[in-house]
Amino acid sequence: MEEFLTDQLKTQEYFLNMGPQHPATHGVLRLLLKLDGEIIRNVDMDLGFIHRSIEKMCERNTYKQIIHLTDRLDYLSSHMNNEAVCLLVEKALNIEVSDRIKVIRTMMDELTRISSHVLWWGVMGMDIGALTTFMYGFREREMINDIFEETCGARLTMNYNVIGGLRYDLHENFVKRVKEFIKHFKKKLPEYDKLLTNNVIFRKRIEGVGYISEKDAVAYGLNGPTARGSGVSCDIRKIHPYSAYDRVDFEEVIFTEGDSYARYKVRIQEMWQSLSILEQLVDKIPEGEYRVKTKAVIKLPEGDYLQRVEAARGDFGIFVKSTGQKFPYRVKFRSPGFANLTALNKMTQGLKIADLVAVLSTIDIVVPDIDR
Amino acid sequence: MSYFSDIINGTKTLITGMRITGKYFFVNLFTRKDVITQQYPDNIDTLKMFDRFRGEITLYHNENNEHKCDACTLCVSACPNGSLEVFGDKKPDPETGKNKRYLVKHIYHLEMCTMCGLCIEACPQDALEWGQDYHHVQYDRSKLTKVLNKPGSKLMSGIKG
Repeated sequence: MEEFLTDQLKTQEYFLNMGPQHPATHGVLRLLLKLDGEIIRNVDMDLGFIHRSIEKMCERNTYKQIIHLTDRLDYLSSHMNNEAVCLLVEKALNIEVSDRIKVIRTMMDELTRISSHVLWWGVMGMDIGALTTFMYGFREREMINDIFEETCGARLTMNYNVIGGLRYDLHENFVKRVKEFIKHFKKKLPEYDKLLTNNVIFRKRIEGVGYISEKDAVAYGLNGPTARGSGVSCDIRKIHPYSAYDRVDFEEVIFTEGDSYARYKVRIQEMWQSLSILEQLVDKIPEGEYRVKTKAVIKLPEGDYLQRVEAARGDFGIFVKSTGQKFPYRVKFRSPGFANLTALNKMTQGLKIADLVAVLSTIDIVVPDIDR
Repeated sequence: MSYFSDIINGTKTLITGMRITGKYFFVNLFTRKDVITQQYPDNIDTLKMFDRFRGEITLYHNENNEHKCDACTLCVSACPNGSLEVFGDKKPDPETGKNKRYLVKHIYHLEMCTMCGLCIEACPQDALEWGQDYHHVQYDRSKLTKVLNKPGSKLMSGIKG
């Protein structure tokens, strides 16, 4: 019988198309899988389905008009993206902003980071098959979105930073709402651990899966929580502090295991760190002006400029080449998601398709950020 | 051995998780204390947006149907998407006899607007402001193009054209 099978039947590797319209690919990402049965041999990415040529659009926009385009890159960390543009222009023109602006920007950054990680936590559970987490994640996210909507005027594309400060002053309810949120979230985070982190089924799905070594993580240029799960220290808030990060006390979360569970733990611990930063700042918002007057037409002096910030997914960089005109000559965004996605093939070698979904989820990609 | 301990551990953690979801289920079933969802189309009359909510661009009109826009077109040059079109004309002022600019039509393309708010910041007269309306759905794209100045409206006194 066995001889008959080897003679008459044979197995061969085949291609499977995953996406672009697939709920587990977190947007319009197309994965070309080379499979041997259910075992992954190779993963190829096909990008460009939502390419909007934002970098090119920036070349015909003034520096003020660029800010609202960066909202549309990584929409879950839009506040950090806005801040990167503002910090770059302020650095180039030597505009000194007040302490109030710096503290408010830092608080908004951390709220954005929590809201992004909470959404990731919900979606991570859903990718593995735990539908409840999605609703619980959105419950906390809703509170943050309300804070944003009240102060900034929008829930997702906040567009709150302007060159030289902030668009509006803080809403009078802001401090009250943030304190409420801190109190609420401190009770809910241990619940997350009970519900999902300590669940054996969940742990078996992600422990030891999607391994990437520290050396490979550096070689692939990973950043953000994905790299910190492999033991790479890469927090821009620590390396090049901006805004008020030099005056707050927080730890850079690093785990050295390099598997999906390590990346999961990094994000959960980062939420605790963000909460602690918020707690340190919420009572100490200094008085002062919320906006420095700038010229109506902003022209950067000739030269190259670079600004990096730590977005929710990692190191977001913006490079501007200016020729002294009111439009930039060239704008380049360095998005964290793109670098992280390249390591997917390395992480998923020899795993099953179901694990691919789990690994893709721990990389935490946002496709508009990758395609731009 | 690990086979049986795995089963026991799995059941234990499952029960811990079920206890949390069960708690929410029963508490919200009887008290509706933690319910955060809204019955959206039904509560449309009571739903109120925050003051700063960016719904659409509107041109402020006072009770005498007067607006503050003198058609300087600064908002048009501030807009990154070309969502605004302003048509102005000139006519002699009855008091001074000089030519004065006045607004004929302020056209707003909602379908192109990204709500960045640069036009509102650019306006020297504070003539434009945010509207709280969020219900923009239309069957036809052309219906999203709006004329902001109301028919018969004129420039508020005290604004120089």
